[in-house]
Amino acid sequence: MLHPVVTLIAQRLALGILLLWAASVLIFVGTQILPGDVAQSILGQSATPTSLANLRQELGLNEPALTRYLSWLGNALQGDLGVALTNKQDIAQAMSKRLGNTLFLAFCAALISVPSAIILGLIAVRYQGRWPDKLISGVTLATVSVPEFLLAYILTFFLAVKLRLLVSLSTIHDSMSLGDKLYAIALPVLVLVLVVLGHMMRMTRAAILNVMQSPYIETAELKGLRPFWIIARHAFPNAIAPVVNVVMLNMAYLIVGVVVVEVVFVYPGMGQYLVDHVSKRDVPVVQACGLVFAAIYIGLNLLADVISILSNPRLRHPK
Amino acid sequence: MSRIPLSALIGLFFTGLYFMGAIFAPWLAPYGMAEIVGDTWEPWSAKHLLGTDTIGRDLLSRMIWGGQTTIFVATAATALSFITGSILGFTAAVSGGWIDQALSRFVDLIMSIPALIFALVVLSVMPVTLPILILVMGLLDATRVFRLSRAVAVDINVMDYVEAARLRGEGTAWIIFREILPNALSPLVAEMGLRFIFMVLFISTLSFLGLGVQPPLADWGGIVKENREGIIYGIPAALVPAFAIATLAISVNLVADWVLNRTSSLKGGRNV
Repeated sequence: MLHPVVTLIAQRLALGILLLWAASVLIFVGTQILPGDVAQSILGQSATPTSLANLRQELGLNEPALTRYLSWLGNALQGDLGVALTNKQDIAQAMSKRLGNTLFLAFCAALISVPSAIILGLIAVRYQGRWPDKLISGVTLATVSVPEFLLAYILTFFLAVKLRLLVSLSTIHDSMSLGDKLYAIALPVLVLVLVVLGHMMRMTRAAILNVMQSPYIETAELKGLRPFWIIARHAFPNAIAPVVNVVMLNMAYLIVGVVVVEVVFVYPGMGQYLVDHVSKRDVPVVQACGLVFAAIYIGLNLLADVISILSNPRLRHPK
Repeated sequence: MSRIPLSALIGLFFTGLYFMGAIFAPWLAPYGMAEIVGDTWEPWSAKHLLGTDTIGRDLLSRMIWGGQTTIFVATAATALSFITGSILGFTAAVSGGWIDQALSRFVDLIMSIPALIFALVVLSVMPVTLPILILVMGLLDATRVFRLSRAVAVDINVMDYVEAARLRGEGTAWIIFREILPNALSPLVAEMGLRFIFMVLFISTLSFLGLGVQPPLADWGGIVKENREGIIYGIPAALVPAFAIATLAISVNLVADWVLNRTSSLKGGRNV
């Protein structure tokens, strides 16, 4: 018989694939729910019948929706995302470099925000109800209340314009060294860190506080262990599952935050690509980007599930 | 209800202030919404309290008119999201069986795609008008309300008084509106504050991306977009909406926190 953890994880994976498939249907349907059709809405009311017919032909709108969906999905599975309407470029090719850039940005933000969120969370629990806790909670509440693009402009105004510490445009290209690239993306990374740090820290704090009420924590206290040691050695390991969940949810959130932050800092990533093509009503690009974003989002949520299953000793060592 | 904490009072005061500003915008705004009254990016002065914007419109007037649009769209979308989400959520909880399964799995599906991304996908083929924006934002957000109201209603649904109503022979509609709704109202009201903030941020983000409220209509996100170039020259016009959005979000948060605390203590929760 298979180990129960293997079965559980296999179930989650299957569910994830099912969800991704359903999301692809949803994204496809989402661009088809208009009265009239896509060609009409791209060209607007002033379209001539000939140009409409041409565009319909080009988009394959004369085929039934199901046929179009199946061929779109079939091609996407083989890595062929079609060509952009506006400039006839291959979408997969245009996207791959931008996706790399976006992941680079998100990775740098994660590298800073995850450890600092956990450490700040631990500190807040250690000094619960005293000034360090209140200070951390207050500052993070403020950063959570401000949308990404405003935080981005506030930081730009002070750090790039007033103090001239960082640059306000994050254009990067291949010929730059890693150091130059990191300097160029310092501001967007900082914004993303601040955006997710608040959520992550607050939820880490809540997860650890929850564990702190267990009897074994009381035992550790009565043994005379140092408070920070109790939190780090006894409370934190038991809070890993919820904390990992929180971290993954925030990484997924980062993917959305990236869209806006990229537009602010003119960073050549997926988000800018998507937003540009939404305003140009370039449906194939939008569908492709939507699919990629959904895949990353679902993948991260799946990863969170799998890690929390693996971190549960009761599941790893069944009776 | 004996004593309202100071934080909630501050929250109530500023929330009220913003809503008043939105309602009475035509009388409060010193200049018209699209009226060009001065030079580009004039500094703060007695004539133009917040200076002028990128093409010489009075920024204070733009902010007041913009607040009206932002708050109106956010309120309408929140209302839509609550009406749809809570009715469907209660229905799912009360009916159970395949209706519950179908609705819950469908909501899981919608929530598996980030709301902003899904909104962008839909808006890429929709004409971007206020009703469409409200519809898209409200329906996308209804999924969150659905989850909450279903969870709350499932708990209430097993109470004796609901059982009693069923045995009396009341229909589903009666049970939803007369038994469950009154008892689920407090957590929903607290959640409404959070959803409203989320809507303000959502519409501002969309407008900032150029896919929300379209010019010449003003809204806070759009004002940031219009004045973003000024930032590089050290002109803080784009930060004014930032301040407005942040203070509105924080004050609504304070009120929502208070409502939530009050209801959890009513339910016998611990007051730490």
